[in-house]
This record gives sequence, C-alpha cells and structure tokens, in this order.
Amino acid sequence: MEANTRGTGRLPAAFLTPGSSSFMDFLSEHQPELLPGNRQLPPTQGVIEAPHGTTIVAVTFPGGVVLAGDRRATMGNIIAQRDIEKVFPADEYSAVGIAGTAGLAVEMVKLFQLELEHFEKVEGAQLSLEGKANRLSTMIRSNLGMAMQGLAVVPLFAGYDLDREKGRIFSYDVTGGRSEEHNFAATGSGSIFARGAMKKLFRDDLTEEQATTLVVQALYDAADDDSATGGPDVARRIYPIITVITEDGFRRLTEDESSELSRAVLQRRLEEPDGPKAALL
Amino acid sequence: MSTPFYVSPQQAMADRAEYARKGIARGRSLVVLQYADGIVFVGENPSRALHKFSEIYDRIGFAAAGKYNEYENLRIGGVRYADLRGYTYDRDDVTARGLANVYAQTLGTIFSSAAEKPYEVELIVAEVGETAEGDQIYRLPHDGSIVDEHGSVAVGGNPEQISTYLDREHRDGMTLAEALQLAVKALSRDPNGTQREIPADRLEVAVLDRTRPQKRKFKRIVGRQLARLLEADGGATEAETAEEPEESGEE
Repeated sequence: MEANTRGTGRLPAAFLTPGSSSFMDFLSEHQPELLPGNRQLPPTQGVIEAPHGTTIVAVTFPGGVVLAGDRRATMGNIIAQRDIEKVFPADEYSAVGIAGTAGLAVEMVKLFQLELEHFEKVEGAQLSLEGKANRLSTMIRSNLGMAMQGLAVVPLFAGYDLDREKGRIFSYDVTGGRSEEHNFAATGSGSIFARGAMKKLFRDDLTEEQATTLVVQALYDAADDDSATGGPDVARRIYPIITVITEDGFRRLTEDESSELSRAVLQRRLEEPDGPKAALL
Repeated sequence: MSTPFYVSPQQAMADRAEYARKGIARGRSLVVLQYADGIVFVGENPSRALHKFSEIYDRIGFAAAGKYNEYENLRIGGVRYADLRGYTYDRDDVTARGLANVYAQTLGTIFSSAAEKPYEVELIVAEVGETAEGDQIYRLPHDGSIVDEHGSVAVGGNPEQISTYLDREHRDGMTLAEALQLAVKALSRDPNGTQREIPADRLEVAVLDRTRPQKRKFKRIVGRQLARLLEADGGATEAETAEEPEESGEE
C-alpha cells in the first residue's frame, strides 16, 4: 500500500473510497504512523531538552486581527535560535502562532495547514473559523501524551470571521481546551508581561497601524522582563514577525515595515524605558 | 451444460472502449487552453456546485468530462495523493506528471479488468509552470493512455471538431480575455456548423494563473470578472484582471 504513494502505481483503494474530507482522518486510516499524535515515546527520566518557542501575542481591531511573535527559541538557559519563525498563515483568512516545543509545533502547524487546505479542496468550501479552531483543538489533544513529558505545544489561533465580519482570537491549553479571547491574548513564557502591556494599551478603536504598534510594544515588554523572549535585534536586523488578517485575507508585514515599527518603538524607549504611560484614572 | 460464448480479446476491448466513449460523449465538451499568464479551463456547466474543474495542488488543476460520480472519486483520490506526497516529502515533489501517471495506471487497470465496468471519464491534468514553456497539459482518456498536449485541448461530447477549430485559431501568448472568448466560441459551435449562444451563467471558468502571489495558483472566475472578460476586446484587459480582488474566493 505504502509503495503506491511513492511509486507510480494505481491509486490504492483507500484513496478512492468515499469518506471524510479530513486529511487527518485519511492519514489515520491509511498511514497512521505519519500522524504526530501516534508517535510512541520511550519512557524518559526528567524533561527532554528541545528548543522552545516563547511569546506570541494577538490583538483585534475593528476590521481585523493582528498576530505577532518574537524570534527567539531557547533550550534551558541557552538561546537555541535567534531568528525562528513562530507565526504562520493557516489559510487565506487565519494564522497560527506557536509557543512550546518548536519541533513539534512546527510539525503541527504543517499538518494543520494541510488539514484546512485539504478540506477546502475536497469540499469546495472553507471551514468556518469556529470549525478551524476546533480542528486545532483536536490536534493539540492528540499531543497530550507528549505534553505530559514536557513537550507541550500551545498555539494561539487568530482569524477573520467572514460570517461575523470581525477578527477573532482563540487560545488553547495543553489538553486542547479552547477559549475565545476578547480584544487581546498572549501565550508562551513572556505572555504575562505582554498581556499586562496590552491591557494598558488596548482600545476599541485602534487602527491597523496602531494595532501593529501595540503588539511590538507588548513584545518589547515581554522581552524586557522574560529572559526567554527576544527583543528586536537591531544589530542582526531580526525583528518580530507581524501578521495582519482582514477581510482581504492574510498579510505578513515585510521586513522593512516590521523594522520601521520596531525602530520607532526602540527610539521612544530610549527616552522612556518603560514605554507609554496609561492614565491613572 | 451450456458453453460460454467465445469473445476475442480484441472484440472485448473494443466493446468496452465503445461503452466508455458513448458515456463520455453524452456530456458537454470542455476545453483547456494555454494563455500568456497560465492555463484556462472553460466548460458549459449549468451547476454552480458540481464542478468540472478543480484544484489538486499548488500548481496543478484538474478537469473532467463524463460521469460525475466517477471523476469526482478520481479527483478526491488525486487530492489525497498530492497532499500525502507533499506532506511526506515536499510541496515541490508533487507534479502533474506524477499525478497523470497515477491516474493512467488507475484508469488502465480498471479498463482492462474484466470484473470492473470501465470508467466513463476523460481527464485533464494541467500544471502551470514559471513560464509558458514550463506549462504541462496531460489528457487521460478512459483506457489509461496519456497524451501530452500543447496549446489547446478539448474533451467530452464533440472533441474532434472543437480541437480542429482550436488548433487553427489558438496561438501562444493570448491574453486571458482572448483565450476565454476563443474557448467559448469553440464550445458554442454545433456539429452542423451553426453557432448557439452560451450565457455567462452556464459557463464554468477557472484558471491556473502563474502571476498569482500565492503558492496556490488555481482560481475560479465568476460573476463580474467573468462578464468583463467575455466583453473585453482582448489586449487591454490583462492589467485589469490581475488587480481583480478575490471576489470569487476559494470556493
């Protein structure tokens, strides 16, 4: 059976059997060993050392949602990678950012993207945003075994809901528990600090540009207080990845745009290291 | 005890081929043409939901004439094949040639297996390249053979006449509007030489557009954009279509 997908033989019966529109369901019947959740881990002592992604933030604004992440991956107290990408488009109208074990998370995103694309091609229609969020939940749940061994993946999912005509954010816990977040959300080790920053800066009437500035401020504050989160690296020209999803679909800010935003924030922080002040009352 | 009739293999195959061809000929024709920025699929299809053309993978599109449930099955098989292959290796390792081979094997096995009824379908697998030279169009008749096509191809009810017309009229580097109008003209010619009118809402049109910034090059053309392309007089329309917002979405 397997050889058929690699060679040029006839399509195996499983391929031509009418069934689910889910690629994961197809894999679990046809080649279950390819599903990340089916991997057997040997019993291990202590925590497995693997690079971890750190902070992801998201904020809504009228007309869309912004999802952004810093670029650092750490392994214990070592910086494993300075320019890791942790925010990915999931499809035309949604994106996913991941904190936690980088290797597993990237694999999960790849499968999630494929799951959405496969459904769209087979059915000829997109899943609802709610449906996409639930699908991600299922995938995290299937990773629970590994999460218990310290290899957790905690994504943040954001998208533009074409039916409700607004940006929405969903956060997850390691068990696959899903909750919709209002206004803003953060995940990963620096999320506590990022959330504090966003709480003070968020308003209902942000423009797209203000929203992207807000996430840079939040990531700066996360990097300021959390050693595992990387701030904008001016010397190496590594800036946060910022994505915007609106009615027009997914867009990732170019390196120039992201660098300009980061430099503007940095410049202000030279004068006010703790960032913009919110009114006391 | 009755003796079974002897049927020569030649006769058996000829009967099966005729059966399949008759089934395919009952449907309407569809055409696939190369144009400057890619490949366009045009067919007459009164249904908005049951498509003759669809996306298989990033650069690969699928078109089929014949029995819907049979080609739909093959289409989904192809999507599964492509997605699994891309997931196992890399997205670049999914090619129209590979897919066409798998379809040919599948159709060929079904056609020559006495236990199965031959499929009444004719498929086209097309892949848009970086340049027009890189475009690939494969036609897969019901018996599992593969024909490597260039420029234009027609399958379905009345392919010979349409192909001859297209071969005469089609040239390289046409704009999308020109190619589309040529395709509609070819489809609306009746065997007796008269022209009938095919209204825009009975047309199904899709493109594999190499200029699309996304990885996925397949796009349906519907509504206002389709109307505009049908009315446009060739040359001046290219820039306009490129800027068209995704009103069709990825339906």
